[in-house]
Amino acid sequence: MAKTKTIDDYNEKGKIDATFFLLLVLAILFLVPVFMVLLNSFKGTVYVSTEPFKFLTSTNFVKLKNYAVGLQRTGFLKAFGYSLFITLASVGVIIVFTSMTAWMITRLKNKLTNAIYFMFAFSMLVPFQMVMFTMSFMANRLHLDNPVGIVLIYLGFGAGQCIFMFCGFIKSIPAEIEEAAMIDGCNPIQIFFSVVMPILKPTVITVSILQTMWIWNDYLLPTLVIGSNYRTIPIAIQYLRGGYGSIDWGAMMAMLVLAILPIIIFYLCCQKYIIDGVVAGAVKG
Amino acid sequence: MEKSLKKYFPVFTVPTLLAFLLAFIIPFFMGLWLSLCKFNTVTNAKFTGFSNFIKVFKDAGFRTSFLFTLKFAIVAVITINVFAFLLSLLLTRKLKGTNIFRTIFFMPNLIGGIVLGYIWNLIINGILMHWEVTMTYDPKYGFWGLIVLMNWQMIGYMMIVYVAGIQNLPTDVMEAAKIDGANKIQTLFRVTIPLMMPQFTICLFLTISNSFKLFDQNLALTAGDPSRKTEMLALNIYNTYYGTIGYEGVGQAKAVIFFILVAVVAITQLAATRQKEVES
Repeated sequence: MAKTKTIDDYNEKGKIDATFFLLLVLAILFLVPVFMVLLNSFKGTVYVSTEPFKFLTSTNFVKLKNYAVGLQRTGFLKAFGYSLFITLASVGVIIVFTSMTAWMITRLKNKLTNAIYFMFAFSMLVPFQMVMFTMSFMANRLHLDNPVGIVLIYLGFGAGQCIFMFCGFIKSIPAEIEEAAMIDGCNPIQIFFSVVMPILKPTVITVSILQTMWIWNDYLLPTLVIGSNYRTIPIAIQYLRGGYGSIDWGAMMAMLVLAILPIIIFYLCCQKYIIDGVVAGAVKG
Repeated sequence: MEKSLKKYFPVFTVPTLLAFLLAFIIPFFMGLWLSLCKFNTVTNAKFTGFSNFIKVFKDAGFRTSFLFTLKFAIVAVITINVFAFLLSLLLTRKLKGTNIFRTIFFMPNLIGGIVLGYIWNLIINGILMHWEVTMTYDPKYGFWGLIVLMNWQMIGYMMIVYVAGIQNLPTDVMEAAKIDGANKIQTLFRVTIPLMMPQFTICLFLTISNSFKLFDQNLALTAGDPSRKTEMLALNIYNTYYGTIGYEGVGQAKAVIFFILVAVVAITQLAATRQKEVES
């Protein structure tokens, strides 16, 4: 049945159209920077600095030259491999070990576990600069300055936030199911992996996403710990800066495109999990 | 249950605790100790009392960095939260395409600081070209460049936290406000904003601590140029450590001050806004 439209309806519709238009303009503004990088990645180095806002012409277009130069100069493919390995391994290790620790110190309440929880929570307040020198010294002394060793460093430095988030969630789930499993003859390892872990799944997703975003994009920690021998993507990008003011802007643009591309693909694939995870992470953190 | 948990305590905690000890606890206390020492490497540290701290307070560059960081944090926190909140109000008006907009606005948040820095390096220098200057010509360009960059990066993140808050507002309270004849502005300031204090607490915390600790973006956008005038605290500490021979102890002392500053600001802000949280 057709509803007669009142003046209010038209006003409301006008407002919605205006809102939509405003959002559209903002969205385009938000996308322009990424588009600019893509556009400039096909221009000759000189033209990136002299005419960044111009479209491609037959004079400034250099096909894939920037990509070839950049890939070769930064060792980008290797850097991609290191970034991927370090991120996946660290996140995997962090999830398994911090959730185990969080469950144990939540379920077993005594002075020691309280002190442990307090130390982890405290570590969240400490900025990286406070420990950057001594941590890289330790890593070097203990021969952890390689892509495998750095996983242990990430476990240690990332533990605070993860334990905090896992503990927050574990506190809210009743211990009865676990106790029942214990009476049925399961040991704590079996209980943890077959009873607790499935319940923890939403928090596991949240923590994985937050840690992936941090480790994949992390620059300073890997620079100090493994940077001289193994370059991750952010290190490879920064490496293009080279000496004083001699940046190859063409190659830089191409490498920025390659650095952004996997992030955007990852984002579009699991957008819902990422956004929900980040909101949940913010609320609990 | 407790007995069996105790037996398995080491299995569950030792790997994390060991890594935590090596990557955090020992470096943290070693860092505290080294802030009182003169050293090049950890092994030749000599105790010198508070002389590093005295040098820090005499360091004009550190003061500049502190003021730059403070000014940056204030402007960034206000702009990011105001824009993000306004955007969240627009995005909760139930119009078409909301999800696509949300996806677009959040996207920059996933890009790392170094990459972000170079993206904006290109754009800001491109715009400034019309006046025939570059970003490192005057510190104010670097300052506003960093503000724009951080807004681009963080608005989307704060926006989705606010959107979640708005969507969870209790409908009965909102309807009561309408029935009582509150207009939209009154509802916003008297009902919506007070009920969203938890979201403001979180967003303020995240924007404040990210602004104070900013490093990658600063390094990639201006690297502190011109003449270290756009150098924020984290970069100043890094440069003191690795850029000035003989100043490692001073760098560590700066890091201790930085830690205390960040911790005090974070705790004060959490306490202050938590107090304002209300029950609906």
